[in-house]
Amino acid sequence: MFYRENGQFKSSYRADLALFPVAQDRWAMLALAVVAFVVLPLVASDYSFRAVLIPFLILALAAVGLNILVGYCGQISLGTGAFMAVGAYAAYNLQVRFDGMPLLLAIIGGGLAATLVGVLFGIPSLRIRGLYLAVATLAAQFFVDWMTIRVPAVTNHSSSGSVSINTLHILGVDFESPVRKYLLCLTLVALFALLARNLVRGAIGREWMAIRDMDVAAAVIGIRPVYAKLTAFAVSSFIVGVAGALWGFVHLGAWEPAAFGIDKSLQLLFMVIIGGLGSIAGSFFGAAFIVLLPLLLNYVPHWLGLPISTATASHLEHMIFGALIVFFLIVEPHGLARLWATGRQKLRLWPFPH
Amino acid sequence: MGFFLETLFGGLMVGMLYALVALGFVLIFKASGVFNFAQGAMVLFAALAMARLAEWLPKWLGFESLILANVLAFIGAALCMVVVAWLVEHLALRRLVNQEGITLLMATLGIANVLDGAGQLIFGSSTYKIDIGMPKDPMFVLDSVFQGGLLLNREDLYAALAAATLVALLTLFFQKTRTGRALRAVADDHQAAQSIGIPLSRIWVVVWSIGGIVALVAGVIWGSKLGVQYSISLVALKAFPVVILGGLTSVPGAILGGLVIGAGEKLSEIYLGPLLGGGIEAWFAYVLALAVLLVRPQGLFGDKIIDRV
Amino acid sequence: MKENRMKLSTLARTAALAVAACSGLVGTSLAQAQAAEQFIPLLVYRTGQFAPLGIPWADGKQDYLKLVNARDGGVNGVKLTYEECETAYDAAKGVECYERLKSKGSGASGFDTQSTGITFAVTDKAFVDKIPVETPGYGLSQSSDGSVFEWNFPLLGTYWTAADVMMQDIAKKEKGNLKGKKIALVYHDSPYGKEPIPLLQKRAAAQGFELTLLPVTPPGVEQKSTWLQIRQQRPDYVLFWSAGVMTPAGIREAQATGFPREKIYAIWWAGSDHDVKDIGEGAKGYNAITLHNSAASDKVQDDLKKFVYDKNQGTGPATGIGTLAHTRGMMISMLQVEAIRAAQEKFGKGKSLTPEQVKWGYENLNLTAERLKALGFGEIMRPVKTTCSNHMGDDWARIVQWDGAKWKINSDWYQSDKSFIDPLVKEYAAKYATEKNIKPRSC
Repeated sequence: MFYRENGQFKSSYRADLALFPVAQDRWAMLALAVVAFVVLPLVASDYSFRAVLIPFLILALAAVGLNILVGYCGQISLGTGAFMAVGAYAAYNLQVRFDGMPLLLAIIGGGLAATLVGVLFGIPSLRIRGLYLAVATLAAQFFVDWMTIRVPAVTNHSSSGSVSINTLHILGVDFESPVRKYLLCLTLVALFALLARNLVRGAIGREWMAIRDMDVAAAVIGIRPVYAKLTAFAVSSFIVGVAGALWGFVHLGAWEPAAFGIDKSLQLLFMVIIGGLGSIAGSFFGAAFIVLLPLLLNYVPHWLGLPISTATASHLEHMIFGALIVFFLIVEPHGLARLWATGRQKLRLWPFPH
Repeated sequence: MGFFLETLFGGLMVGMLYALVALGFVLIFKASGVFNFAQGAMVLFAALAMARLAEWLPKWLGFESLILANVLAFIGAALCMVVVAWLVEHLALRRLVNQEGITLLMATLGIANVLDGAGQLIFGSSTYKIDIGMPKDPMFVLDSVFQGGLLLNREDLYAALAAATLVALLTLFFQKTRTGRALRAVADDHQAAQSIGIPLSRIWVVVWSIGGIVALVAGVIWGSKLGVQYSISLVALKAFPVVILGGLTSVPGAILGGLVIGAGEKLSEIYLGPLLGGGIEAWFAYVLALAVLLVRPQGLFGDKIIDRV
Repeated sequence: MKENRMKLSTLARTAALAVAACSGLVGTSLAQAQAAEQFIPLLVYRTGQFAPLGIPWADGKQDYLKLVNARDGGVNGVKLTYEECETAYDAAKGVECYERLKSKGSGASGFDTQSTGITFAVTDKAFVDKIPVETPGYGLSQSSDGSVFEWNFPLLGTYWTAADVMMQDIAKKEKGNLKGKKIALVYHDSPYGKEPIPLLQKRAAAQGFELTLLPVTPPGVEQKSTWLQIRQQRPDYVLFWSAGVMTPAGIREAQATGFPREKIYAIWWAGSDHDVKDIGEGAKGYNAITLHNSAASDKVQDDLKKFVYDKNQGTGPATGIGTLAHTRGMMISMLQVEAIRAAQEKFGKGKSLTPEQVKWGYENLNLTAERLKALGFGEIMRPVKTTCSNHMGDDWARIVQWDGAKWKINSDWYQSDKSFIDPLVKEYAAKYATEKNIKPRSC
């Protein structure tokens, strides 16, 4: 009833190719934008910014990047933490070594450094496929882990191996308060998500999907696997690198190499799988799921008033997390995005049966 | 020269220990097509079961003998792993039958989380002891040839022997017994195996049980070496390059891969490490595996990947 | 059809869950303290790589607070409330715990993050939120300079003082002459493990010994190459900066390669009962340094048994009382409580204090020998006095040795050599101040 597309006719190709062809979708996205940009800054607490919304946004961005690689191009990568680390450390170095480096430029620079590293470690994908590639990307993960600890230049010769960021400011406006950090992240994430969405709708996105579905056949019809795979790695690493820079600068503020370890890679892979491979919106759903679930599980004992020790709570949390992952994979292996798409399909007909 | 040989021996021994963990991966992948990310968690769970049962059974049943405690604990832990295998097959694998590789991989990651949490919840998250009477002191051989003798770690040697025996037994099992042939059939083609009457779910329980018991042996050996604590599950990260190098579907490949990775890791850390600042063990194994994969994308002994368009 | 319906209901359930989650988080209001209470957050790790250390530490911290409430009725009538938050040594989780607990009650009285990594992440925030971060025996060694690090309190000792004392004990063994000796540092390859390096390099330059650095990749389950290298290089002494499973793995590897355990000196986090008790005789001779005298027992443990454990209120097993890590936890809580008490002297007895006021308490600690005796810590600690510029107080340490069954106190009291420590602290603190644009306070 509310979602019928009756009467919505497109009178130009441009209108037909719009990102949100259904008018209700456009209204919904506008409402979401209003809530995100205007309502939340007014009502949300500091804690929810710092502990929920900002990590959610940054991890969603990283998940978008990873989804491009794994979901759209079919190259399984377990080295995402490493690319985030490269982005973060590169941005740090740019900020620290060049006086007056603007924050945004440093973050973009971090992304570009991650692109270079990503393409380098993407080269094996031209020869290695499937699960073997997954484990080969772990080489990237551990190598970068080692580099950030062992090579002093990476941490600007910090004796302890930890780095920390000065106050954030853009064009003289300081971005230290949680609301401003949130708005900064939101803007960047919205921008990159839009970019990603348009990329995957375009020719390059179709090339990626062809490689994913059947790379030999794709090569036969003239899609260059080298170009497609390496651009997938490049774009994905750029977005992941920017996310890494944001994670270090905005969320953590000061970090040590362990912050970008294999746990982070696995966490991002979870987000992409749970959210839905091959779907930009799915990355957001997955990130929300993975960020909110541990917090919820932390609160449940409080709400139920059960006096369980933190260790037990932590173990239970692990178990429930794992069980939910398996449950989701059984119930909807295509992820939350498929659930959402199914829901929308039903909504288009509701309340009529067909 | 003597030190080089010591390093080489040490590396080969450690490689066998890695191969022990890698065996579990290979078995499960061979027979159910699932890359079992939960192998590390299974090693932890099995080791915790063994350590705690060895501690609790004497108290519950009122006896003193260490050997009896160990034997009973081993049997108890093996039973635990069979139960785990059954639960995994029943609750997870059965419902994920035709999914893609990456979905199954993620499912095993979920299972790893469950096992980690369950193991520590039931058995505790502190450090526990496994004492199977392994000799701890160093042994020096070839006194006459090398001054001071070559250092050989007896515990590692026994562990390597255990691993070799296990491999021999498993190879015999796969080649000569009926269940082994059924397992190989299932690994080849699930649907064909089903259509000739091989009960898939039962086979999977068997496979995961065997994988669990291999994990138990690995857990006992590593636990005896290090003490049983959560970090033991991270040994699996060391076993990945072994599996990749040897090929995901080959049992002798796991052993050879283990030897290559173990020796390579130690030699590189001692001879190459100081040039690069040390600590290169973390990534050397992976880079070595990666290098081999670039030449042979299916690993040293893996099945050749055939694309059908 | 049925499949689709099931998916729709799953969708509805997911949506409901998400709405519930969001509504719970928007504008969380926190109950304000009613009758005077003082909130102490307890960041712990009872799971993960370092759980064997974290569990007794956390038990000790909580036990002491329970004791103060039970035996003394709180601090001047102000009851101590506390909440544990599990970090698993992960910086992001530590930050989340910090954010959640910092405004509880009248404000968090202080954060003992139990991790160098989390300390880094939290220090910058604590600066803005004005909350003290106490890091007894760990954290940034240069944060003992209170003029730059207004909110950090590395009480009782840092990694620099520990390394210094170890070298003093070694020098004593070598009759004062370290020239030409080889010292190897086997360390956890992380900021925690790298902390002592500047001090050791300084001492090596001054005293003429050769320092070799051997990093061990975390978590350190496999150390064969490290100890083979030690076998090759034959250092005279090994300083062991490990934690968690790396410790027993290292000791066992030392045994397997025949390196005498008497020549190993472990930092306080690598010298706890759980590290060596399973190895037993194999670790005989292993030396560790203690923070003040955490290997000793005194009246406080008896009080704990009487007022808390006998009433079944204990946090951990009763066998944990008196173990090194547990005692250290109690020491840390005691410092927190005494800081609150000192602050109450100034800002009002019997009142709930803000974190800033508690910080004043931390800066003006004056625990005399009589006071420590009265508190039941007489054998465990020596007098500690903090000032605005000295946030560490007085560092004391002793060397203990494992005899196969328990720890024996093997040395007299040591204090670090300030001629090495002070210039290093000044240099690194000044570097930190310029990096972060902090104007040092005048103290």
